[in-house]
Amino acid sequence: MAIFSPGFRGRRRETNPALPPGQYEEHGFPVLTAGPTQRVRTDDWKFTLTTETGDAKSWSWSELMDLGPETIDTNIHCVTSWSKFGTTWRGVSVDKLLDGVETKAGYVMAGSYGGYTTNLPMADLAGGQAWIAFEFDGRPLAAEHGGPARLLVPHLYFWKSAKWVNSLTLMERDKAGFWESLGYNMHGDPWLEERYS
Amino acid sequence: MTAVVVGETRETATARALRFSASGLRPALAGQHIDIRLTAEDGYTAQRSYSLSSAAGADPIEVTVERFEDGEVSPYLVDGVAVGDAVEVRGPIGGWLVWRPSDDRRPVQLIAGGSGVAPLMSMLRTREAARSTVPFRLLYGVTDPDRVYYRDELDRIAADGVQVDLRYSRRVPEGSPLHAGRLTRDDLAALVVPPAEDPSVFVCGPTGFVEAVSDALLALGHPEERIRTERFGPTS
Repeated sequence: MAIFSPGFRGRRRETNPALPPGQYEEHGFPVLTAGPTQRVRTDDWKFTLTTETGDAKSWSWSELMDLGPETIDTNIHCVTSWSKFGTTWRGVSVDKLLDGVETKAGYVMAGSYGGYTTNLPMADLAGGQAWIAFEFDGRPLAAEHGGPARLLVPHLYFWKSAKWVNSLTLMERDKAGFWESLGYNMHGDPWLEERYS
Repeated sequence: MTAVVVGETRETATARALRFSASGLRPALAGQHIDIRLTAEDGYTAQRSYSLSSAAGADPIEVTVERFEDGEVSPYLVDGVAVGDAVEVRGPIGGWLVWRPSDDRRPVQLIAGGSGVAPLMSMLRTREAARSTVPFRLLYGVTDPDRVYYRDELDRIAADGVQVDLRYSRRVPEGSPLHAGRLTRDDLAALVVPPAEDPSVFVCGPTGFVEAVSDALLALGHPEERIRTERFGPTS
C-alpha cells in the first residue's frame, strides 16, 4: 500500500534503469565511516588471506601490484540511498588472491585497519566480481574513501566494500561483520533492497 | 510502516523538527536513524535517512531536517509536509553512534557540526529522560548564530549542568568575544573532556568537519576506540 505525499513531486525524475529501487543519483562521493579515518602508508601495508583451516598467505603492497591490476568501470550503491554512476577504479581481482588456495569455504569475512569487518558469501567475491581497489578516477584512493586500498564489491551495497581492507578470512559458516551485527543485512543486494536484517 | 506527522517545530529558517507517531515501531536507541520514503501521486518515490533527535524510546519520535537547496526530499519535509500528513517510515536503524544510559559511567563528549547535532540531541534528551548523572559535554559548531537548533532547550540543559559550548565558523553573535573560524586543535584541547578522563566521544557533522575533528582528537591522545563518528554529505 502506498501513501501519497500531496504536493511531493521529486526532482530527479529520470527513470534510470541502472538505479536500484529506493536509490537516487549522487554526483559527489559521500563518506560513511564509523570512526576516524585510517592513515596507512603503502610501505607498511600488508594483506593477509586466511583459509578455514588456518593456512595464511600475505602480500606486501608491491606484491599486490605484481598480481596485475585491472581497470573497473562500475556504478556504486550506498545503503543510505545514494548511487554513483560511472566510477572508474584500478584494482586487483580477488580471484588472483584466491588463485591456488585450497578452500571449500562458503563465506568470507573481510577485515580492515581500524578493526572494521564485513561478511560476504564467497559466491559474491569470486568470479570477477570483487577487487582490492587502490585508484579512484585516475588518482590514488584517498584515505577517507578507504585508501590506500579498499575492497570493491560494486554489486552489493557499499558497506560491503570495506575501506582500508587488509584481510580476508574464509569461513565455512556465515558470521555477522560490523554493520551486519548492528541491524544491517547479511547479504546486501541493492536490487533486492537488502538493506536491513 | 505509516507514520503520521503529529507535531513540528521550526528550528531555524532552513530547518524543521517533525514529530511522528511511533506506534508500530520498535523503541529507538539514542543516536539511531529512520528512513523516510515519500511517494508522489504518480508513484515516483524517494527516500532518505534521518537521525532521530528524540530521546530513546520516545513516542512521538522526532527528526530534525535541514533543507538542502538542491535537495529532493528535504525541501518537502521542511516546507511541504503538514501535521496530519503521513509518510512511510522504516527503522529505527543503526547501533554504532548510540549511547545507552546503562552503557557505563564514562563521561560523554558530544561534538556536532551543523545539523549533525540531531542524533547528539537525542543522547542529551535520553540522559535527561533517564535522569542519568553521567557527565556530558557538548561542543556545537555552526556557521552563525541563526543556524543554532534547539536553542532554548540547550540553554536549559546548560543550566542543568551540562557544559554546552557553541562555536561559529563564519559569524559570531553580536558582542561575543569569540572569533569566527573553524575548530582548531587548540579549541578541541580546551573544549573537549580530556583523554585522561577517558570519555566516549561522539562526532557527527559534514564530512570535512568530522575528518578534521577526529584527526585532531587522535592527535590530542583520544584513543581511536573511544571515537564514534557519523558523517554526511559528499566530499568534493
